Amino acid sequence: MRTTDIVIIGGGPAGLAAALAAREAGVSDLLILERGNELGGILNQCIHSGFGLHTFREELTGPEYAARYMDRVLAENIPFRLGAMAVRVTADRRVTYISREEGLETVQARAVVLAMGCRERPRGALSIPGSRPAGIYTAGAAQRLMNIDGYRVGREAVILGSGDIGLIMARRLTLEGARVKLVAELMPYSGGLKRNIVQCLDDFGIPLKLSHTVVDIHGRDRVEAVTVAAVDGQRRPIPGTEERVPCDTLLLSVGLLPENELTREAGAAMCAATGGPVVSDRLETDLPGIFACGNVLHVHDLVDYVSQEAALAGESAAAFVRSGGGETGRRVRVAAGNGVRYTVPQFIGVDRMAEAAVVRFRVTDVFRDVCVRLSLDGRELTRRKKRALAPGEMEQMTVTRSDLAEARADSVLTVELEA
Amino acid sequence: METRELICTGCPLGCPLTVTLEPGGPVVKGHTCPRGEAYGRSEVLDPRRTVTSTAAVIGGRQARVPVKTAGAVPKDRIRDCMEAVRRLRVAAPVGLGDVLLPDCAGSGVALVATKTVERT
Ligand SMILES: Cc1cc2nc3c(=O)[nH]c(=O)nc-3n(C[C@H](O)[C@H](O)[C@H](O)COP(=O)(O)OP(=O)(O)OC[C@H]3O[C@@H](n4cnc5c(N)ncnc54)[C@H](O)[C@@H]3O)c2cc1C
Ligand code: SF4
Repeated sequence: MRTTDIVIIGGGPAGLAAALAAREAGVSDLLILERGNELGGILNQCIHSGFGLHTFREELTGPEYAARYMDRVLAENIPFRLGAMAVRVTADRRVTYISREEGLETVQARAVVLAMGCRERPRGALSIPGSRPAGIYTAGAAQRLMNIDGYRVGREAVILGSGDIGLIMARRLTLEGARVKLVAELMPYSGGLKRNIVQCLDDFGIPLKLSHTVVDIHGRDRVEAVTVAAVDGQRRPIPGTEERVPCDTLLLSVGLLPENELTREAGAAMCAATGGPVVSDRLETDLPGIFACGNVLHVHDLVDYVSQEAALAGESAAAFVRSGGGETGRRVRVAAGNGVRYTVPQFIGVDRMAEAAVVRFRVTDVFRDVCVRLSLDGRELTRRKKRALAPGEMEQMTVTRSDLAEARADSVLTVELEA
Repeated sequence: METRELICTGCPLGCPLTVTLEPGGPVVKGHTCPRGEAYGRSEVLDPRRTVTSTAAVIGGRQARVPVKTAGAVPKDRIRDCMEAVRRLRVAAPVGLGDVLLPDCAGSGVALVATKTVERT
């Protein structure tokens, strides 16, 4: 069987940054597997600007951001296969993939980096009644059709869900001459970045209807209208608030799901709150030598954080190849406390952690003027004031090795909000 | 005195800004960094946006090439820029950064390709 030091599954921004970091850490025998026909992942269809402000101090479009990493991958001669889809990963790090040139191929890797990204929640995952006419797309599929294939998707649209992709598509459709009648959001707040609400909706006078949902879809062959209704505190439609909105297109932007079939089949422990695997501060899953980063680990709104996180996964994989690993010693659990939906990582291997570890998290609701508190077994380590927190924006806190010096094997590090 | 509530779009933090139109010029409050102040001022004096879209490619490996205005254009010129992009046909190969229109729809800002598209 062929062997490779590190196999990286997925050639999006996460996979590319992981590969570059592993190479920088001295591992030359790498292989990136990408099922698509180009590197860059989802960035290829994200033609709007707003990428890379943190990393490059400029505002790049998705393809430009991807090109910065692709150029380096080419310059470093890092091997990659396009049209190569990984179909199986085992706990002992055998990766099987299918490609047209090679057919079915298996590689024994010393370390594996999972960077498969995420996919959109389809309509089936919701339960909108009504018929199934043409004209219903997930926002990302519509984005791909318009931006890569150059199709028009519709003339009059309603968008369900105010996540970033939905907002970006509202502007894109409007600029292409379509009329976006409204964006309906089930929750009382938007899941998208504020800047996208300003630049994609407010700029064009597109109404954002919070606490509203689509309760019916009309039309036989093509969408003719949808019924939108207000919802109550339990997110149930309120009778009498229904409004019929004529349109020929319905875009669904109702959330992203990390793509973890391979991870699950390999037997990695999963985290229900993120939909991704449970990882340590070095982004190692509970399967030694298998690491995860990017949207497959938890859904990110900013690609800069994806690249940072992925670089850590690449470095950790390189360290594993050099000196083996698996988590030994004290293993501190990281808990999501009051107001916090999840944390990544879910545990910290204190005895082998770096000087500091970044704990990323999302909050459960919109909060104003609160403190984020980090405590070890109830003893406060740090707190930081925040003017505003929202579920749509990922936050982070740093914990240092000296913070955890006195941790016991069963200690708990809690991230929580305090008024 | 007129005040306007804005959300800074300079970065994803999205700081809430209050801009007061004083006789000596706009005064910005609520920003966390200098970019926010600059944004607040320009948003009331001369609002601008970067336009991104895709243009048709002839003889390329891909049917469309993504494009952007090299800088922000006045908000009221966005439609004209989109129309100029719609009329555009670019022959492959196209390189990332290639200037496709030196002055996009009279905005004074160039239109550039944001991706490389090889010839078929
Ligand atoms: C519509 C949209 C708009 C966004 N806007 C912004 C923005 O304005 N600013 C910003 O900073 N961020 C933005 N983001 C976020 C950022 O782009 C993503 O978080 C980032 O691209 C995720 O990178 P990734 O590598 O984890 O996943 P992806 O980019 O999805 O890459 C995963 C790759 O893995 C491949 N793959 C999956 N499974 C397999 C398999 N089994 N075998 C082989 N290959 C496989 C896929 O083909 C894909 O190429 C946006 C995201 C989206 C979707
Ligand atoms: S003021 Fe500065 S920190 Fe705040 S949103 Fe604007 S650019 Fe970002």
